[in-house]
Amino acid sequence: MLEHYLGLFVRSIFMENMALAFFLGMCTFLAVSKRVETAAGLGIAVVVVQAITVPVNNLIYRYVLADNALAWAGLENVDLSFLGLITYIGVIAAMVQILEMVLDRYVPALYNALGIFLPLITVNCAILGGSLFMVERNYTLGESAVFGLGSGIGFLLAITALAGIREKMRYSNVPRGLRGLGITFITAGLMAIAFMLFSGIQL
Amino acid sequence: MKFVRTLFDRQKKHFLKGGRLHRFYYVFEVLEVFFFMDRKTRSGAHIRDGIDTKRVMVTVMAALVPTVLMAFYNTGLQANLILSRSGASVPATWQQSVLQSLNVGFNPAAIGANMLHGALYFLPVYILTFAAGFFWEIVFATVRRHEINEGFFVTSLLFPLILPPTIPYWQVVLGISFGVVIGKEVFGGVGMNIFNPALVGRAFLFFAYPAQISGDRVWVAVDAVSTATPLAAIAESGMHTGVSWLDAFLGFIPGSMGETSTLACLIGAAVLIITGIGSWRIMFSVLAGMTGTALLFNLIGSATNPMFAVTPLWHLVLGGFAFGAVYMATDPVSGAMTTGGKYIYGALIGFLVVMVRVVNPAFPEGMMLAILFANAFAPIIDRGFINANIKRRQSRYAR
Repeated sequence: MLEHYLGLFVRSIFMENMALAFFLGMCTFLAVSKRVETAAGLGIAVVVVQAITVPVNNLIYRYVLADNALAWAGLENVDLSFLGLITYIGVIAAMVQILEMVLDRYVPALYNALGIFLPLITVNCAILGGSLFMVERNYTLGESAVFGLGSGIGFLLAITALAGIREKMRYSNVPRGLRGLGITFITAGLMAIAFMLFSGIQL
Repeated sequence: MKFVRTLFDRQKKHFLKGGRLHRFYYVFEVLEVFFFMDRKTRSGAHIRDGIDTKRVMVTVMAALVPTVLMAFYNTGLQANLILSRSGASVPATWQQSVLQSLNVGFNPAAIGANMLHGALYFLPVYILTFAAGFFWEIVFATVRRHEINEGFFVTSLLFPLILPPTIPYWQVVLGISFGVVIGKEVFGGVGMNIFNPALVGRAFLFFAYPAQISGDRVWVAVDAVSTATPLAAIAESGMHTGVSWLDAFLGFIPGSMGETSTLACLIGAAVLIITGIGSWRIMFSVLAGMTGTALLFNLIGSATNPMFAVTPLWHLVLGGFAFGAVYMATDPVSGAMTTGGKYIYGALIGFLVVMVRVVNPAFPEGMMLAILFANAFAPIIDRGFINANIKRRQSRYAR
């Protein structure tokens, strides 16, 4: 059992890395990776949001939305899964709102550094992707908690590494047309080639 | 030589400021340096050692000589072994036609015949690599108006050494172009690249055209002969592959042209370490990471996967491990730079390469991707050590 969870954890960090294997959450991945501190802060925010929303959405899916899930309340044959997307987004938005308040209160420096990108986590496809993968792969509550944490950490790892590279590149003589986003796209692509290292590993 | 000197002196005025060929001054300059090596220090120099990029690069190239010789010998040897065994008489490739018309023969016991056969495979790939890569260097240097840097000479030698002998020529050109342009020049040129350009080029070919750079049919320079590399053979059927450890150590096994011989790589490593150009810390920690991980896998063991049983001594001599650890991982630009960072960076490579070889069924060899992966994380590792150092000194002095 433990082995199964460990396998899922490692897989969600490396083999199914949200940013570099699925290319989800690109807007934040590319935009907030200029400085390592900010990137790591955002990465941690993603870890927190992901680790909470995926299990919560799992519970909601299991006991409210899925086909015949409301049987415990005496409602047979009710299928609310068409409400899935909007519910997940709602949960994510609420989570991000709480996280925003916490950061504003306790880590104002990071709150200011993240700026608009913190509320934008709400519509970060990596976060929604986590919940949708959870539904599609039919994870249990335990699995979804491990998966949520793992995929968040994978994103944190990828965005911190990219930020490290971009800090090193600050004095590089990049061709004018590629400065900024262009070279970041190329870097992310080359990093994705390196992450192909893990593709094909079965755990 | 005097004739060449006068030629250069007479033509120089066209390339100087105001001359009609001023745009190509740096092309002229690199040719002049190539012929005369007369770079003089013209202002006050406060340098203890005359070591510059050029000397670094020349030393690395000298350290690569043993692997190049082995590339000649082993490529020919492997091909001749197959040819003499199957007794093929009709030449299938132009290299074989040339050898036949020269009346050299395909005797695997004759050193000269092997060397010539291998050279006919290695040299065209090298010349194409050099021509294509140098073309891009000239383009970028001309547009950016800076001197052509010597860094490319090492890349141009590394790249053919990590290709299989049967690689199609157009892929050589494509691969080195991708490596030089996307891997190096768009990042700002020599000294600015994040990833090793030669490995970027090879990784591009590996994922874009896997049929010509992986599998069983590409490692020996004879058409349509299936010979697995020992690594792939072990992953398939266990340690009974008929390859002795000594053969693998000396490099008489099929594989990429220059990477098979661990002995040649060790000679190169000695040159790099003695001259202080390659970091012994990185080489040592790659080795240590590999040994630790391999021993761990030996301890765990597996009934179904024969790769679990491969000992560190075998990991050392198979595939591109030694070549990567000595020449690729130690790249001072794309690798880690801090002292502590080098240990972590190297250990990461050693760990990943064994992990890929053992548990990833998709790739039999992982050295290339392990180094690229560690390249991606080298800046953040360095940053961690630099910040820790700053913090330590702050607490010591800046109270």
